Amino acid sequence: MENNMSITGDVPASLSIPQKAATFVGIAGLFILVLAGLNTNFPNKTVWLSISLSAITVGIIWFSKATYANKHEGIKNDGVWFKAISNRGYLAWISGILLTGFYIVLYFYPEYLGLVEKGDNTGLIVFFDPLSKLLSGGPASQWFVYGTLYTIAILAFGIKFIWKYRHNRYERLRTISVMFFQTAFAFLIPEFMARLNSDSFSLPYSDLKSIWPLNYYNFDQYRVDEYISAGNIGIALLLFGIASIFIITPILTYKYGKRWYCSWVCGCGGLAETAGDPFRHLSDKRQSAWKIERWVVHSVVVFVVLMTTAVVYSYLGDSSKGYWLTRDVFLIGVALLLTAIFTLVMVFKRNEFKKDARYGAIGYMAIILALIAFHYLSGKNLFLFDAYQLRSFYGFLIGSIFSGVIGTGFYPIFGNRVWCRFGCPMAAILGFQQRLFSKFRITTNGGQCISCGNCSTYCEMGIDVRAYAQKGENIVRSSCVGCGICAAVCPRGVLKLENDSMKGRINSKEVLLGNDVDLLDLLNQKQ
Amino acid sequence: MEHIVIIGNGISGITAARHIRKNSDKRITVISAESEHFFSRTALMYVYMGHMKWEHLKPYEDWFWEKNRIELKKEWVESVDFDNKTLHFSSKQSMNYDKLILATGSIHNKFGWEGQELKGVQGLVTKQDLELLEENTKNCKKAVIIGGGLIGVELAEMLLTRNIQVTFLIREEGFWSGILPQKNADLISKHITSHGVEIKHRTELDKIVGDKEGNVRSIVTKTGEEIECELVGLCAGVHPNVDFLRNTALEIDKGILVNSFLQTNIKDVYAIGDCVQQRQPIGQRKSIEAVWYTGRMMGETVAQTLTGNKREYNPGHWFNSAKFFDIEYQTYGWVFNKPKESETHFHWVHQDNKKFLTISYDTISNKFLGINTFGIRMRHEKFDTWLSDERSVGYVISHLKEANFDPEFYKRYEASIFDKFQKEYQVSV
Ligand SMILES: Cc1cc2nc3c(=O)[nH]c(=O)nc-3n(C[C@H](O)[C@H](O)[C@H](O)COP(=O)(O)OP(=O)(O)OC[C@H]3O[C@@H](n4cnc5c(N)ncnc54)[C@H](O)[C@@H]3O)c2cc1C
Ligand code: SF4
Ligand code: SF4
Repeated sequence: MENNMSITGDVPASLSIPQKAATFVGIAGLFILVLAGLNTNFPNKTVWLSISLSAITVGIIWFSKATYANKHEGIKNDGVWFKAISNRGYLAWISGILLTGFYIVLYFYPEYLGLVEKGDNTGLIVFFDPLSKLLSGGPASQWFVYGTLYTIAILAFGIKFIWKYRHNRYERLRTISVMFFQTAFAFLIPEFMARLNSDSFSLPYSDLKSIWPLNYYNFDQYRVDEYISAGNIGIALLLFGIASIFIITPILTYKYGKRWYCSWVCGCGGLAETAGDPFRHLSDKRQSAWKIERWVVHSVVVFVVLMTTAVVYSYLGDSSKGYWLTRDVFLIGVALLLTAIFTLVMVFKRNEFKKDARYGAIGYMAIILALIAFHYLSGKNLFLFDAYQLRSFYGFLIGSIFSGVIGTGFYPIFGNRVWCRFGCPMAAILGFQQRLFSKFRITTNGGQCISCGNCSTYCEMGIDVRAYAQKGENIVRSSCVGCGICAAVCPRGVLKLENDSMKGRINSKEVLLGNDVDLLDLLNQKQ
Repeated sequence: MEHIVIIGNGISGITAARHIRKNSDKRITVISAESEHFFSRTALMYVYMGHMKWEHLKPYEDWFWEKNRIELKKEWVESVDFDNKTLHFSSKQSMNYDKLILATGSIHNKFGWEGQELKGVQGLVTKQDLELLEENTKNCKKAVIIGGGLIGVELAEMLLTRNIQVTFLIREEGFWSGILPQKNADLISKHITSHGVEIKHRTELDKIVGDKEGNVRSIVTKTGEEIECELVGLCAGVHPNVDFLRNTALEIDKGILVNSFLQTNIKDVYAIGDCVQQRQPIGQRKSIEAVWYTGRMMGETVAQTLTGNKREYNPGHWFNSAKFFDIEYQTYGWVFNKPKESETHFHWVHQDNKKFLTISYDTISNKFLGINTFGIRMRHEKFDTWLSDERSVGYVISHLKEANFDPEFYKRYEASIFDKFQKEYQVSV
């Protein structure tokens, strides 16, 4: 456990009376859920569920009001490194352990939430039935419970975030956007869509904004079968899923950088930016962490591409079925696509790519070799792994452990974007494009940086923003999710997120603006 | 191999070291007694307020120095033997140099007030000051800050985060009004007051009163008012830290005197940063400029000279920035507190009193001279170009939009600024 290592001592960071009251209300709401989980028999579930969820929401909002409403608009980071919750103190460890525990139960022991294999659910899950029935008409599942709590967290902590950054319109709008996408696309629409299902018609559960490879299971056989058998709507959804990857995502990322997704739309990002905001400064800024990040996240990309290819391959037929999309066509298609991307990058962007080229080449080679292996080892077994075993291994390791247990459970210890930074293949692919083919950058304001370090400290992605700003260099980093906090906390107005022409986006300078104009020209040109 | 020794690991010394390394293979040693590694002095306040920890103040990771072969030495230089090119440390060790760069920074002013050595009286410049402040504010309820300048307002903000009541003695009519035009100063004073700081304008310190144990008990102003407090922050400016170099062959006035190549009167000895006094002031600049940016620029320049690309120190257009509680301030070009002859100030203030700007221009030629902008971020590069191109005030005001550097989606005020300018001056822009 890390104690207060700042050279200055601790300060009393006690809560005010309204803050305490608000905390009590919120915890009372949670306590009702715990009781329900312990199979307490509530007489009127609808009423008690409403009380519980309202108490949680009201508690959080009231707390935010008590914290920010009476203060001046502006940056609110006083005491961040003194508080036990935000400085890896005992509160951080307690919440980390509780959250992690919740995820482990959710993913691996849902029976403790009340899941019953055959028969009616009990406990916490059945407690949510009234709400589920209201929305989709069916009983609740553990995922419904999770989705509801997740949405409440984004909404209530979203309000807190907006209060905190109320002077900053970029932050306000972006937060309203994630709150909307979570509530509408991730929560309500799929529930409503479930109402359309009948014995003869069924759509897979789809959150339209969740795009492959984040949504790594989108092309699993059962889902594709369901899409196809659901007729036009199903086909449309399937096509939308594919268009999202190959058309919508590249265009938006080109115009706005990956932030359009990671901090305006995505649900994982949404939770990180709202409930996770108090922990953003805990990200590791060391260069060594950056190295690890690049290896890990790109390995996940390779893994997900292979896994998905294997899964799709496994259910496609061969030419005997007479359908054009055969295993061979598919494999060749994937290989061609990867080769095309790789060639384009090498031809047009070799300079920007520099050292990264080697890693890119390694990843590319790994995939191509594996594809060839698929083909020749053919059959369902790849290296003795069944494609679906590979799929479930990915689901277990990346989908559950990484994104849930570590990604969210450890917010108070490693910061709020661990998953987005180290694990998310979607973020890696968008980031790759952001680095090479995008108009987005963070512009540095000439020579104004005083190297104070606020930007780096509060960058949730662990980017050492200052390292660029103090050299007068724009920040063009694949991992930047465009949260805008570095620009907000900068006390000297040095940083601006913007979309502008690709030319001169990456600039390195020898001497900074403000010095001798001749020297500036001489040295900066020489580079 | 030539050995370049730099005394001082602040922004100026470190910038020089980095650039010398970039351009050469010389042996480089940086000496400082204050801290093991370079840190950002400008960010001391954030550690006390809990925004950052000490480690966040270091712009380079600790491995950086060895990797770049910049040797660090934590020693206090007691004296310099210029004849034998030798430094003597307080540890009684010594070190030889071939070239010496003095980058010794500043220390806070004390004007010989009665009681200025009492416990609880301190400045805020060094890491040790920060540690002392932590010590001095353990059971502190009330503090008085002397001097309405940049460090004073930072100290006020710091103390408020620990629920310490602050009284701010300012000699002038408004905050920092030796530099800021009165209208700007008034609004900043107002903003500081709105945070709960009690400002006493036109008030000077007479003496500091202690108790039997030698702790501060109160201060007395020149008008005889006594204000009780447990902490006195001395923030009435800084001066070059050069005492250990006095009484040597080195020419010193207030600071170490240098020519335009940043050379002192002694061969192979250069000086940069806060400790420097220019023999010939450059343009309208002061001869001693204790700001981050000039330290950095001097470091960049001297490194060129020492690596075979002899350059004069010739800074471009003046710029600076600060933050007063929630109001960010940037300036480009020259805006003096009182317009000089044939200069005029144009003021614009948003109704919330937190966004305002002042533009200075020449009344005869209409040339744009400079801008103070508060609560609206502006692009350094744009103003630098406009100043070089000697644009007219009308041009600047009608193109202000291009210079805006606020985050996306922020409300824009160019139209309102333009309207006010047109109404007041009835010039067609
Ligand atoms: C609280 C505070 C806030 C500030 N904020 C801003 C700001 O926002 N913007 C801005 O432009 N400027 C600001 N400044 C001013 C800015 O920090 C200085 O101009 C800048 O740090 C000067 O750098 P330097 O390298 O010349 O000297 P310094 O940073 O002072 O470094 C000098 C070093 O030399 C060491 N040294 C001196 N003598 C000896 C010796 N005999 N032996 C060994 N070591 C020695 C000192 O211990 C010190 O470490 C601020 C200053 C303070 C104190
Ligand atoms: S660099 Fe800035 S905008 Fe990008 S993720 Fe970090 S804090 Fe957010
Ligand atoms: S917060 Fe601003 S001034 Fe501070 S290091 Fe970052 S860019 Fe520079």
